[in-house]
Amino acid sequence: MSLLSNWTWPTRLRDKGIIGMNRRNIRYIGRYNNRRLYPLVDDKLKTKLLAQRYGITTPALIGTVTTQFGVKHIGETLVGHHGFVIKPAKGSGGKGILVIESVDGEAFIKPSGARLSITDIERHVSNILSGLYSLGGSPDVALIETLINFDESLMAYSYEGVPDIRVIVFKGYPVMSMMRLSTAASDGKANLHQGAVGVGLNMATGEALRGVQFDRPCYAHPDTGHDLASLKVPQWKTLLDLAAGCYEMTGLGYLGTDMVLDRKHGPMLLELNARPGLAIQMTNGEGLRRRLDLIERQPDGVSVEKRVAFAQHHFARTSELTTDSPDTSSATA
Amino acid sequence: MSRLPFYFIVGLLLIAGITMSVHRHLQFEIPWLPGEQRQVWEIEAVITFDALDGPVQVDLALPTHQAGYRVLTENTASSGYGLAYQADETGRLAEWTIREAEGDQQLYYSVQMLVSPDAQAPVQTAPDLPPAVEWESPFDSAAEQLIDEAWDRSANNATFARELIRNVNGERQDENARLLLGEMDPAPLIIRLLNQAEVKARAVSGLLLEDGRRRQSLSSWIQVFDENDETWSLFHPVTGAQGKPDNLLLWETTGDAVLEVQGGTNSRVSFSMMTHYQPASAAVRNHNSNDTLLNFSIHSLPLEEQALFQTILLIPIGAMVVVFLRVFVGIKTSGTFMPVLIALAFIQTSLATGLIGFLLIIAMGLVIRNYLSYLNLLLVARVSAVIITVIGIISVFSVLAYRMGLNAGLTITFFPMIILAWTIERMSILWEEEGPKQVLIQGGGSLLTAVIAYLAMNSPWVRHITFNFLGVQFILMALILLLGNYTGYRLLELRRFKPITEDDKPS
Repeated sequence: MSLLSNWTWPTRLRDKGIIGMNRRNIRYIGRYNNRRLYPLVDDKLKTKLLAQRYGITTPALIGTVTTQFGVKHIGETLVGHHGFVIKPAKGSGGKGILVIESVDGEAFIKPSGARLSITDIERHVSNILSGLYSLGGSPDVALIETLINFDESLMAYSYEGVPDIRVIVFKGYPVMSMMRLSTAASDGKANLHQGAVGVGLNMATGEALRGVQFDRPCYAHPDTGHDLASLKVPQWKTLLDLAAGCYEMTGLGYLGTDMVLDRKHGPMLLELNARPGLAIQMTNGEGLRRRLDLIERQPDGVSVEKRVAFAQHHFARTSELTTDSPDTSSATA
Repeated sequence: MSRLPFYFIVGLLLIAGITMSVHRHLQFEIPWLPGEQRQVWEIEAVITFDALDGPVQVDLALPTHQAGYRVLTENTASSGYGLAYQADETGRLAEWTIREAEGDQQLYYSVQMLVSPDAQAPVQTAPDLPPAVEWESPFDSAAEQLIDEAWDRSANNATFARELIRNVNGERQDENARLLLGEMDPAPLIIRLLNQAEVKARAVSGLLLEDGRRRQSLSSWIQVFDENDETWSLFHPVTGAQGKPDNLLLWETTGDAVLEVQGGTNSRVSFSMMTHYQPASAAVRNHNSNDTLLNFSIHSLPLEEQALFQTILLIPIGAMVVVFLRVFVGIKTSGTFMPVLIALAFIQTSLATGLIGFLLIIAMGLVIRNYLSYLNLLLVARVSAVIITVIGIISVFSVLAYRMGLNAGLTITFFPMIILAWTIERMSILWEEEGPKQVLIQGGGSLLTAVIAYLAMNSPWVRHITFNFLGVQFILMALILLLGNYTGYRLLELRRFKPITEDDKPS
């Protein structure tokens, strides 16, 4: 029996409304995401330019490098900027992202304290252009963006890295959200399968519902020790508006939006994902199925405000972290 | 969004597949199971040569009834050529003739041999000894010493031949043998020495039968006549081992040339072969029935292409295994259909050798690829470098295996090198990005998929069904389409999502 104790029955998953990989691929991605639109989200430069046109806040663009010839002039572009991020346009999973926190004379300083020379920066950009970090090694473009100043209220929940907020947007309705907190185990990366803590968020308020690390419940940040129950994302309504607006922007029906909170500019769109993963169900302790079914019954052509209000009303939940007996976890559909 | 057209197509494919299979079963009496039948080898010889713009005569020696094999039917294809079969007590001959021929010429001869363990070789009288040829000095004394040495160690003709072969080829090879080998090839030398000692012997040509082999050539063997029980016994010309391997078909037994071409150059003959099982009664009749459209079957193709198709038709089985394991089970593999190609290689190498070879190549490749990543190369150049590395590794392992006497190690060359290179590249990137654990998961997943695909593709029943019933391909297509429509959970997801179902269990 002990061998089977790690397994469950399909009927129990179905009762919980859990969506599996096959269903996600056929029923949602295949049906609602037109392949023609993928380049809009797979290329961060395209996403960014599009977002600017639709008035969606993104980290400001300092410049782009498109040719190896241009690498030599990168020093001129960087003059006057004290913190910036260099990333590949077609990178995935956070690969090839170089963060420079401050500039000290000739030296560029990373968050870890390591000092880089301009030659190091040039080599990194050159690697990006030759496709070292892009899918399939195709030639790429390097983006230089201003550094995000993280909202201090969230600083205590993250170890080294950036806490980001993932919102699943279905047909323009935000349906489920979570925050990903990097840990020592995840090496400062916000990747759940590498050990980052996933915190399910109440769609109504942006408050923490439950925390999960390595698929197991977790009540405080393993490194900072900070209690997860008190976590509440500020400017939650604005963030949902932004996420919901990405539907009109891209035309993709089933979309994962990754957002960050900037001290000055509030919520910002970091990147979009046309094939968002299913781990969000684990962090929320609830399947997506019922919420998606409800949205599928809604008419098209509803405004962003109404969609966000709908989601905040229908997908509200109570936290499992504040009470001692975590057993109220069904959606009020 | 109606799914009707989809189910219509699936239904159509299923009906077509089942109808074709049942038709073939009823009409041609091809059984559903591979057992209960006789094994038939189809062997095709292709003669190629450049004609010299004039009359051409081609003589090809033909196989006869012999121990273990019976000739069922034979066919030739040779447009414009006159053809005559000649037979005498020692052997048979096909003779093609034409008045005028120019350029590339191809002549086909195919024969069906029935495997019948109780078939006996026809009784043959011993030939006369060929007239002795005098050796020149110093070869004469070398030859005499070789003969004397072997003679002393032997009791009769058979043991004499065995000892002589060992003296010429084996570890006992001495100065005398090396001197004579400088003048002649081993097989003719041994025959000549045997004849010199007044032992009746001749060189024969045989074909080692292996399913699905193409472009094979004949190998030389030595037959020695035993005066006491009046039979010929066969010897391997290198090892001296006595006796006929079960899969050896003697093609030519007179000691003459297999192929003679007058009026042409660059002539050669190559053989393709494959085996299949038929009811002995149908074996003959099947051949005479004309190919109609309904009997649209690959069995009407030349044998060389048929052998190729035997493998090709197995690929859908492998693909089906991959689809099943990914969609129903959720196994992660590195490269979607890489496991199928690895499984195809396993069919050639046998499972154990294949697994060991695969792991060795991948492990070595990962170490070397690890160094390449320090060089900071562009992707295409890096993968090319890995391809060359893989070829290097395969060569080194082949030589090492051969030196250590492991002939199975030579089959390592059947691995698809480009696919291996990409596998190494992907695994290496995975290692850098996700750590060794993911490499083990995906590598293990690929290997598991490959082994299951191999077991499916190598089963005699599956081989029999896929090759003999083309309709099965339609059924497979329909099943794969249906699998592509499955929205349920994967087996491994039952484990992944287990924690969610735990919380609200009443405790």
